[in-house]
Amino acid sequence: MAKSDTPLLDQLGGGKWPSFIDDMKQAAKKKPMAKDLLGQLELSYKEKIGHWKHGGIVGVKGYGGGVIGRYSDCPEKFPNVQAFHTLRVNHPTGWFYKTEALRNLCDVWDKHGSGLTNLHGSTGDIILLGTTTDHLQECFDDLSAKGFDLGGSGSALRTPSACVGPGRCEWACIDSLDTCYNITMSYQDEIHRPMFPYKFKIKVAACPNDCVASIARSDLAIIGTWKGDIPIDQKEVAAYAAAGLDIQKEVCNLCPTRCMVYNGRELKIYDEDCTRCMHCINLMPKALRPGPEKGATLLIGGKAPIVEGALLSWVIVPFMKLEPPYTELKDLIMKIIDWWSETARSRERIGELIKRVGMRTFLRAVGLPALPQMVKSPRTNPYVFFWPEDIKQKEVK
Amino acid sequence: MPQIELAGKTYEVDEDGFLQELDKWNKEFAQAYAKNEGIEGQLTEEHWKIINYLRDYFQKFGIAPMIRKLVKDNGIDMKRLYELFPTGPAKGACKLAGLSKPTGCV
Repeated sequence: MAKSDTPLLDQLGGGKWPSFIDDMKQAAKKKPMAKDLLGQLELSYKEKIGHWKHGGIVGVKGYGGGVIGRYSDCPEKFPNVQAFHTLRVNHPTGWFYKTEALRNLCDVWDKHGSGLTNLHGSTGDIILLGTTTDHLQECFDDLSAKGFDLGGSGSALRTPSACVGPGRCEWACIDSLDTCYNITMSYQDEIHRPMFPYKFKIKVAACPNDCVASIARSDLAIIGTWKGDIPIDQKEVAAYAAAGLDIQKEVCNLCPTRCMVYNGRELKIYDEDCTRCMHCINLMPKALRPGPEKGATLLIGGKAPIVEGALLSWVIVPFMKLEPPYTELKDLIMKIIDWWSETARSRERIGELIKRVGMRTFLRAVGLPALPQMVKSPRTNPYVFFWPEDIKQKEVK
Repeated sequence: MPQIELAGKTYEVDEDGFLQELDKWNKEFAQAYAKNEGIEGQLTEEHWKIINYLRDYFQKFGIAPMIRKLVKDNGIDMKRLYELFPTGPAKGACKLAGLSKPTGCV
């Protein structure tokens, strides 16, 4: 048997689960680019070092982003990946496709690139991996003709993304799909022509289950929520108990705020203590539902650990009605972005800026009131400090 | 290192076409290179205003300015900037101005 060129990568393909290596090997049968990519990756595994140069600047006409330049640092060994640029393509909101659309994408990419795709990248976009500079414009033109557009990259508004929301999910408190689409169409300039201090991500989750992980992975998280009590159907509660669900152990004891009491017959919820974690609703969907008045909570500052450490976002608007044309939301977004753009250092995310200058400065700049819901950990970090003039007023009283 | 020939002279550039020997920049370089960046005909006064601003800023601070600053200091909006430099300020304008390749986040 012939000796493999990629013994280290073969190990990845040998496991229990499907591996990207198998896909790349399949592509390598017809694309020299994919073959050299495997070779370079094997070399990286062997030498324990990446072989991509950092950052190229390539693009298409009229756009400042959407294409990420990639060059091999050993083109003499792997000439077919000397240039291996990535295209970020704006995904359809909620990731709904017709098979025709997927076929179109693959046809365009087979024609212009390596044929390798990543659906979907962590920004949510369709990632088309590997093409050369001379193919970029034509590829973009062909994608446009099929109804696709590039997504955001660099110091820009990144492609907004949303959970499937009301498209499939019964818990949707807001129309995450429409909100995301509306934001995407409203901020085309901010997506395609970078002019921010750094990246800015918006994600929309239709309920607090937060299936798009907006709280951790976006600078501005829009999460569906409700006002009012969780409606309880006691007959259904009894049915769950009869079916073997240990309500005390699995529902009440795992409630993070312990706001539920079950006496063996009826369930009571102290809604004023509920933090809308969705645990009880997820476990007993027939018995419990989100409350009647729907809207969204807005949170700010989530990011991954580059420069400063990772940050989870925190509440800035506990409840906002979210209906087209989303004027209140978009006014606030523009105020936030304007302040951040004027105030931030180069490559400072909004969460880092707020951490540096303080929440009270941010709140004053964007015209939001300080509210108890903004306190992250009660009695440990009340980081909303008083302004000196507020303290004077209190002394006079 | 790739080379590019413009108006009878040879320049060393990186793989994206950014000038490697910054002291070799001259106006003829910018004018001859403009076509590659989607600019037809002669560079106008508006183009030169941006190019000269970028060069001054780079000489002073050693980096390219943030785009928002470029826009504000020159009283120009993004739409006009992309009309002047269709491949964008980071790629087109900085390249013609002979600046090092701007670093950025993908």
